[in-house]
Amino acid sequence: MIDLKRPTGIAGGGVRVPAAHAAPAGGAAGPQTLAAGGAGMLDRARLRRRRLMDRAFHGLSFLATAVGLAVLALLLMDTVREGWRHLDWQFLTSFASRRPERAGIYGGLIGSLWVVGLAAPLLFIVGVATGIYLEEYGSDSRWARLIKINIDNLAGVPSIIYGILGLALFVRWLQLGTVVLTAVLTMALLVLPVVIVATQEALRAVPASLRYASYALGATRWQTIWRVVLPAALPGIMTGTILALSRAIGETAPLIAVGAVTYVRFAPRSLFDPYTVLPIQIYNWLVLPKQAFKELAAAAILVLLAVLLLMNGVAICLRNRFQQRW
Amino acid sequence: MGHGRRAGEQVQGAAACGRVGAPGSPPLAGGSGPRSRWGDRLMPRLLLLLSLVSVLTTIGIVVTLISETAVFFRQVSIVEFLTGREWTPLFADKHFGILPLLAGTFLITGIALLIAVPLGLGSAIFLSEYAGDTARRILKPVLELLAGIPTIVYGYFALNFITQDVLKRIFPDISVFNALSAGIAVGIMITPMISSLSEDAMSAVPRRLRDGAYALGATRWEVAWQVVVPAALSGIVASFVLAFARAIGETMIVAVAAGSTPKLTLNPLESVQTMTGYIVQAALGDVAHGGIEYSSLFAVGMTLFVFTLVINLLAMLIRSRFREEYQ
Repeated sequence: MIDLKRPTGIAGGGVRVPAAHAAPAGGAAGPQTLAAGGAGMLDRARLRRRRLMDRAFHGLSFLATAVGLAVLALLLMDTVREGWRHLDWQFLTSFASRRPERAGIYGGLIGSLWVVGLAAPLLFIVGVATGIYLEEYGSDSRWARLIKINIDNLAGVPSIIYGILGLALFVRWLQLGTVVLTAVLTMALLVLPVVIVATQEALRAVPASLRYASYALGATRWQTIWRVVLPAALPGIMTGTILALSRAIGETAPLIAVGAVTYVRFAPRSLFDPYTVLPIQIYNWLVLPKQAFKELAAAAILVLLAVLLLMNGVAICLRNRFQQRW
Repeated sequence: MGHGRRAGEQVQGAAACGRVGAPGSPPLAGGSGPRSRWGDRLMPRLLLLLSLVSVLTTIGIVVTLISETAVFFRQVSIVEFLTGREWTPLFADKHFGILPLLAGTFLITGIALLIAVPLGLGSAIFLSEYAGDTARRILKPVLELLAGIPTIVYGYFALNFITQDVLKRIFPDISVFNALSAGIAVGIMITPMISSLSEDAMSAVPRRLRDGAYALGATRWEVAWQVVVPAALSGIVASFVLAFARAIGETMIVAVAAGSTPKLTLNPLESVQTMTGYIVQAALGDVAHGGIEYSSLFAVGMTLFVFTLVINLLAMLIRSRFREEYQ
């Protein structure tokens, strides 16, 4: 088979064989040419222009891609240049301080772990349950359709709106105040659609033959889901959950809205303790005018990016390790 | 199919019938007895109950926004809110005209789209039409990394790099906080969204359309621009619209880099404030005790919510209404 995506010469060479109406094979005339109609200078000029356009846009579209890569590189280089000096053990194990040389991210790091660690089980249970219901039981029922439309819409709601929902619901109405629990609940709601959609996709990828086999052995619907379908879909679900958590770790806006920007000099010990998280610590340093704090922010960003990279790495490993070809 | 919920409530054979279409007679080996019946009776209801969390979230958002906005409009007239040209709720002399916040939001979103649409569409065309398989396999995930970077990091980048190292050299009298740097950073942030979704739409265009055009002698660019892009147009436009909604709701970049001076201006070199920027500024203050500052936050949130909702619905409409179906 000739790969027609990279046309070889089938189309006929308009250039060197001017009367190419009927000539089926120009062969050497290069890849992208039109079987030019009547001969002559005019057509040749047009052809040259069309090829020039093609080359120009090849270059331009490559440039567009390269800009994205360049920005990514610039961003990393700039952050490393500003922040690497502060990256040491003391930075990781100290609390925030008014004196930049003694400040660290311990409070934020532990706070982030608390929030994400506690949001994870909530997120997993509710997200997977919703995914299973929609894929396995709901399919066409009115409830399922309603929930599906609802999830599509929720995914498009700006994160700051979840923040003011948390402010009204958890901080004011339930009187929880600015504590770890508020952050956990707000974050869990925010990234829930990600887990639901990942679960649905993972379940959909489990081949019907597995279900048939299970039913044929006399298993009930729930037994089939619980013992056959779910285990097969678990790697995909885990990957989606980890990606959702990595999104939660980087989110700042909703936590600002629930009032997390405070000067916290200790790590939380329970659900009802005040807290700070890594991105909020970065924000606190960014808005201070002193250059030294900007450098601290850069160093904290490096830690945040390292954590994210680690989580994404784990997600990819999980996917590759357990991915099964059916 | 189509038994929906009820199929799960019946036991065993009927359940299998719902999905597989196997004969409805009960299987010979009856599972592990009562326990399995329990599972089949209980679980669908439990799962439905848990899946209501997402519905309750939506209801929660809508109810809190509406009730607090109602409190706000008891003190401020809707006309003033929608047409006023001054926004100073945190000052002693309070004015509640949202136009400056809208101007700031759309100025930054406009700049972002000016950057993201050509870059995103360009990379989508490159990835789907020009790049080889290996290049695509490497480039696409790397570009998607850009989408995974937390927005606070883009805020840092806008303030410390785009403004300080780039824009200051081009426009010496630019203010430290300005709409341009925030707009550029938001644009970079939404570019992968456009390129990724557009590339998906373009890859879904069947090969034979391209082959037909190549057989007629079209160049690669002509195939991309005159065949593939029109065929994938609904998906491409939907990606623009979704990116637009994302840009309107973006918070941390504008909170860090755009400043906090609500202004009716189109000058990108000045400091402005967006709707999201105001919510952050108000939340940083002592709003937890109520008052007009607290409810103004919800009025702005409501406006933002309505905008993003309308835009998202528009994207859905475009995708479903104008989709070209291929087999």
